[in-house]
Amino acid sequence: MKRSVSDGIVISPIRNGTVIDHITPGEGLTVIRILGIQDGTNVTFTVATNVTSSRGGRKDMVKIENRELVKSEVDKIALIAPDAKISIIRDFKVVAKKPVEVPSDIVGVIKCPNPNCITNTREPAQSRFVVHPRGFRCQYCDTIISREMDIGDYI
Amino acid sequence: MDREEIDALLTAAAKFDQHEFTGHELDDKILAVLFFEPSTRTRMSFSSAMMRLGGKILNLGSVEASSIAKGETLSDTIRVISGYADAIVIRHPKEGAARLASEVASVPVINGGDGAGQHPSQTLLDLFTIRKSMRLENIDVGLQGDLRYGRTVHSLADALTKYNNIRLHTIAPEGLDLPNHMKQDLTDAGMEIIVHESIEETIPELDVLYVTRLQRERFPDPAAFANFAATYRITPELLERAKPSMIVLHPLPRVDEIDPAVDGLPCAKYFQQAHYGVPVRMAMLHEVMSP
Ligand SMILES: [Zn+2]
Repeated sequence: MKRSVSDGIVISPIRNGTVIDHITPGEGLTVIRILGIQDGTNVTFTVATNVTSSRGGRKDMVKIENRELVKSEVDKIALIAPDAKISIIRDFKVVAKKPVEVPSDIVGVIKCPNPNCITNTREPAQSRFVVHPRGFRCQYCDTIISREMDIGDYI
Repeated sequence: MDREEIDALLTAAAKFDQHEFTGHELDDKILAVLFFEPSTRTRMSFSSAMMRLGGKILNLGSVEASSIAKGETLSDTIRVISGYADAIVIRHPKEGAARLASEVASVPVINGGDGAGQHPSQTLLDLFTIRKSMRLENIDVGLQGDLRYGRTVHSLADALTKYNNIRLHTIAPEGLDLPNHMKQDLTDAGMEIIVHESIEETIPELDVLYVTRLQRERFPDPAAFANFAATYRITPELLERAKPSMIVLHPLPRVDEIDPAVDGLPCAKYFQQAHYGVPVRMAMLHEVMSP
């Protein structure tokens, strides 16, 4: 299999699973959190942070073993890592490689910044944001998280 | 709601306002009125509308309120009440509560106001009142008062963007003008917004003057409040300079914003506006419950 030198040093190849590369530096753990595979699960994952990128600069990388992420899952991470690239690995080979795209409808990822929003109560309601010309709009209370705000604060 | 839906509803409301109904339209229907925060007038107005169409009302009693106080979620309450009625009208302190209720209910849900969020029946009756006096296009609408926190004006301004050539004039104390993001959205929707320092300079060009209540607690000190209240008070003298066809609206209750001496003038439409709440809500109830 083909790996870049810098990747190989800090993070070993996996046989089967998903590799998320070119994550904005420092956001690797947030990516894990968004994907819902934090501790408590039996998924094996590796996070490398502030890796030197072959393109220059720094990046984070995440490898998840024995699990192939589907598009709806990975697109959520576009909110915090818009340049990320996803590779699906089978038997050490990259069988699919794709960029992430910000989904038009984001369910259960963003916490609404409005403390008076019904999604910030005990109600069994998942947050739901849709793309708006100025950022993302809460489908319940219409609060907008604008592009100038750091959306990572609400994930 | 889009423009066509609003217009259809206002046209239906006009029929109810002209007594073009039998009073048996919703004869065997039951409306559950779930007000999780007090708003006596909105509740009475919905109840009156339902009764005029022959329907019956189930109010959220103190016993039910107590099971909510015990910690039942809104979702559970709505699922249960769905089995008791043909439609639910909800008022709730949390924004987005009505939308959540509509997702879990098995009957139609009408939003009677949620937190600082939407209050569609108020906006519809505001539009209805304007439409009773003039065409909803190519008019100058003045908004005065607390434009920063006042949800009725936000909702109204947003609805007016659906109509052609509405120019919006804002008259507000410093710090209480429309929020910038709101101005941006309105401008993006094609609305022209003109910000004014004083009501005097604005009054001659207006077709509608929508006045809202100022809350003392929004002002830094009592003197600032008294100063604004005196400067912006609507009086018969001020209105002498208005177009003869101009109308004055207010969501009520008013405090000192409008001199009671204005009440007898032909332009004073605010009590009529409150009465229109009934035909507008009749149209809303009829829309969701008529067979
Ligand atoms: Zn919200």
